[in-house]
Amino acid sequence: MSNIPNSSFLIPNLKKEVYFIMIEVKDLTKYYVKNKALDHVSFSLKEGEILGFLGPNGAGKSTTMNIITGYLSSDSGSVKIDGIDILEEPKEAKKRIGYLPEQPPLYNDMTVQKYLEFMFKLKKVRLPMKEHINSICEQVKISDVKEKIIKHLSKGYRQRVGLAQALLGDPPVLILDEPTVGLDPIQIVEIRRLIRDLGKQHTVILSSHLLSEVQAVCDKILIINHGKIVADELTSSITQTGSSTVSLELIIEGRRQTVHSILQKVDGVIKVTDKGECERGCYEFRVDSRRDVRRLIFRAFAKTDFSILSMRPVEQSLEDIYLDIITGKSDTEEAS
Amino acid sequence: MSAIFKREFGSYFSSPVGYAVLAAYMFFSGIFFYVQCLFLGSSSMTMVFQQMFFIVLFVIPLITMRTFSEEKRQKTEQALLTAPVGVPSIVGAKFLSSLAMFALCLCSYLIEGIALSFMTQPDWSVIIGNVFAMAILGSSFIAMGLFISSLTESAIVAAIVSFVLNVLISIMDTISGTVSWDVLTGITNAISFQKKYNNFSLGLISLSDVVFFVSVTFIFLFLTDRVIERRRWA
Repeated sequence: MSNIPNSSFLIPNLKKEVYFIMIEVKDLTKYYVKNKALDHVSFSLKEGEILGFLGPNGAGKSTTMNIITGYLSSDSGSVKIDGIDILEEPKEAKKRIGYLPEQPPLYNDMTVQKYLEFMFKLKKVRLPMKEHINSICEQVKISDVKEKIIKHLSKGYRQRVGLAQALLGDPPVLILDEPTVGLDPIQIVEIRRLIRDLGKQHTVILSSHLLSEVQAVCDKILIINHGKIVADELTSSITQTGSSTVSLELIIEGRRQTVHSILQKVDGVIKVTDKGECERGCYEFRVDSRRDVRRLIFRAFAKTDFSILSMRPVEQSLEDIYLDIITGKSDTEEAS
Repeated sequence: MSAIFKREFGSYFSSPVGYAVLAAYMFFSGIFFYVQCLFLGSSSMTMVFQQMFFIVLFVIPLITMRTFSEEKRQKTEQALLTAPVGVPSIVGAKFLSSLAMFALCLCSYLIEGIALSFMTQPDWSVIIGNVFAMAILGSSFIAMGLFISSLTESAIVAAIVSFVLNVLISIMDTISGTVSWDVLTGITNAISFQKKYNNFSLGLISLSDVVFFVSVTFIFLFLTDRVIERRRWA
């Protein structure tokens, strides 16, 4: 028993040195009757990271989020929030999570103010209630509808009240299931900015089927399909995976066949794809090469009287990668 | 827990349900009181309490029908179940708020007692005893209603099913008269609510009857807790 004071000395030191893992999900498996909804899903998130959860409808995004927040239980595997197991100490773990489910959990017969007060008490938040609710309302811009009954709110406002509810108590972990659905473009930009800001102090998981959203907001991406994780990478690195080859899109005025053969003869070019006539006498080509061949192509055409009307490097977008992964995987699955 | 209780109790009066239940209950209680006491010139309210038994059967499903079904339909149960609150306190808070709503209904007897006291000396011990009896009868029906409500997403279905269940359990002794098999008669007699309740209304408060209603209440609250807990594993 004499070493207890020592260990309490150690803990604060540990926290400083170790990069703190906020969310740890291990081997989650979940069956709905006979359907396997989740198949050994594992990932972890460090403090202050924003994870984008991507996948087609029915891939298991919401199921995973519901398990992390303790709403559903898994058939196997474990979830730890800030080192606390959600099944072993649910109350402590749930205190650390702010959750915005797919459909915001709003009581239609209450005013926004009353609803937030209720959620504040339900979550047993120990902060000055009035000030805290006011500041959150400012943050998500719902101060002007606070006295309205939730039933009468538009979809965008409902979504924001749902977000406000998740932010109550300033939980270190935020789980947002499609937070921008139903918002207009201006609101979407605002909410994304808000999530980015929140990501500085919170650990955030957000799901989406919009790739641009994930690309704009998240540090890490998790792509899930048929209940399995098919890609788990940093947003910056996932867009670079395809960049071993460089692609160009060209529009060239000239004779089709000749242009094609000139392009093919340029040193370093792997593949030339004819994409057809775009204007009268002008053809579009896509050139894949091992290195930057723009100068070589320019010189090759400078010798002829064909003119290059446009030359544009093509970055492989997240969209392409996503489609590659999703369709590629299901192809191989069907084959097996 | 108190937050859920307050919201739940408040929700009765942010919709017409609370007012309708209260009005209906007081209306019938008033009619029976008029007929039994004022019209027949009796100072005993025993008959009022006996006749109100069937009104209780109708009214309680209306009080409990929305408790869990509405949460499920509006998806608000996700907020409750992901909050740092255990399922037993959710069930407990909902039970207490339904009971509080029912207690408001029971206030009608106090008004009637006061009305009687202007004309004669009412037997307050009988009135208080009967209100207590009706409260614990009500708590059993409320627990059953909560259980039914936790099984469905539709408030209407919950109301109908719990109403049928209430009536069925209450007329058990009528059924038991028609079967000749002793075991079955014994069982139906044992679970008949009406027989036990009528003992109360005559002023016979026996411990075993109180224990019976309290146990029924706890059994159904426990089952409700299980239903909600189990859904997470489905």
